[in-house]
Amino acid sequence: MLKYILKRLVMLIPVIMVTSFLIFWAMSLTGGDPALMLAGDNAKPEQIEQIREELGLNDPFIVRYGNYMKGMITGDMGQSYVTKRDVFKTFMERLPNTLMLGGAAVLIAVVVSLPLGIYTAIHQNTWKDTAGMIFALFGTSMPNFWLGLMLIILFSLKLGLFPTGGKGGLDSLVLPAVTVGFGLAALITRTTRSSMLDVLRQDYMTTARAKGCSEKQVITVHGLKNALIPIITAIGLQMSLVITGSVLAETVFSWPGIGRLVYDSISKRDIPMVTGAIIMCSILMCIINLVVDLIYAFFDPRIKAQYSKKG
Amino acid sequence: MAQPKEIKNQYKKRTLFQETWRRLVKNRGAMLGLGFLVLLILAAALSPVLFNYEVDVIGQNMQERLMAPCGAHWFGTDEYGRDLFARVIYGARYSLIIGVGSVLLGLVVGTILGSQAGFHGGVTDSIIMRGIDIFYSIPNIMTAVVIVSLLGPSTVNLMIALAFSCASSFARIVRASVMTIRDQEYVESSYAMGLPTWKIIVKHILPNCLSPIIVQITLLIGTTIISASSLSFLGIGVPAPAPEWGALLSAGRGHIRDASYMCIIPGLAIMFTVLALNLLGDGLRDALDPKLKK
Repeated sequence: MLKYILKRLVMLIPVIMVTSFLIFWAMSLTGGDPALMLAGDNAKPEQIEQIREELGLNDPFIVRYGNYMKGMITGDMGQSYVTKRDVFKTFMERLPNTLMLGGAAVLIAVVVSLPLGIYTAIHQNTWKDTAGMIFALFGTSMPNFWLGLMLIILFSLKLGLFPTGGKGGLDSLVLPAVTVGFGLAALITRTTRSSMLDVLRQDYMTTARAKGCSEKQVITVHGLKNALIPIITAIGLQMSLVITGSVLAETVFSWPGIGRLVYDSISKRDIPMVTGAIIMCSILMCIINLVVDLIYAFFDPRIKAQYSKKG
Repeated sequence: MAQPKEIKNQYKKRTLFQETWRRLVKNRGAMLGLGFLVLLILAAALSPVLFNYEVDVIGQNMQERLMAPCGAHWFGTDEYGRDLFARVIYGARYSLIIGVGSVLLGLVVGTILGSQAGFHGGVTDSIIMRGIDIFYSIPNIMTAVVIVSLLGPSTVNLMIALAFSCASSFARIVRASVMTIRDQEYVESSYAMGLPTWKIIVKHILPNCLSPIIVQITLLIGTTIISASSLSFLGIGVPAPAPEWGALLSAGRGHIRDASYMCIIPGLAIMFTVLALNLLGDGLRDALDPKLKK
């Protein structure tokens, strides 16, 4: 198992190299002369030239990329044009906020959707099933940033229950987390329902009932455990949705996370910040994918055995 | 031997389209979705006739600014006194064109990549699929941000940015379908007859992968409309003053306290359009699924 994890971590290296190369290349083609932006409007040509030389902007592209990668290993991803602060440090400062928001969103989504998915599957083709599926359909059809705005109108402006934005106590987390979690909940509900429907028809469910297990036991122990793999897959695949959702929710709720950082940096054309943040986001995604794969092994001994063999 | 006439009539031959349509008509949700989409497409197509773009859609009228929905302005007016109804209807053009355009662009690229990967297998497959995997590891919105900042904000560039994520999704589906079909005997026989590879793929393999592609097209148009509006909401989509739905929401956000309808209405337009596409897509999936055939 440990060998498998190590192997996967080693395999991450080429992926990170290619992704960062593409992002670095694309971003280096955009937006004006960095030296000019750093030096300010009143700078003399010599000063600009000096900055160019210091930043290595006169080097060929491949040398600049090599230097960037070398810096990345030591956690040096350059300096923001706007705040003049270290890109990597700024990113790491914001990361816990986004992880908190994403984590809360996934938690809300799972807590709502697992029971709902199971419930609708058990009551297939009844009005309860239809109602659950209509909820899921609306959830997948709604832009989540719009849901965020609607939640602000209802719960902050009309009822005054939660703050409209910013990061304060636990109450400030509720609306952004629901905003990101709602769409996810809808998707997981659909997957849980169809996965449970497949499992409910299996012979071992009848066997469990014949052995005298209570219906609750049959559903949770024998049913849900077998239905979980496709559900975890669905959650894992939607992690990019959580990141995307966070970018938008953080903008709507002024939540000081990575999304807000990327948004602010784009509007200020702060290229090193955008480049660094996007590269770090894709590394984050790779790590999340790896974690999801390891969670499979935790829930399914068959997969665990496979990993051990491969490793 | 000729069949008796009554037997011929009893087992009427139906094409894939007729058979799908017959089953789709029975699905109430799908028909509701289809009906809404037809109306929306008509409204979008006729909007240049119904409204004068320069006057009704982008022309400012400060005397009538921020009017709540009323008889004269069904959806109210925005901060420049522009009629929100005209802007929402006109905005449907942007959302539909961007949605359909980027999905079709993604379809072409994805089909070429997916069919090559699935048909040839081996090294070609590895290279193409690993490339797509790498692409998948960057969240869609970030890819779009990179592409739009590279090319500059415009409707066409937004379409290109969104087409990227559609392409990877189509490539996966087409590859999976092609792999199940490429070893069939009729493919082998067209090989034996000396058809070139591209012709085998286009004439014999792709038509047999149609069902999952059609379903995916419908569902992806919905997702793409949401992504496009998200990017416009962030200010990196369709440039102002074009009434794209996400841009309308972004403008509405500034008036969330005094004119909340500006936030509510464009969002409803997006939601109902995507809902209609999802209903139609789900209906099509059921209609095209051979497992459900009686």
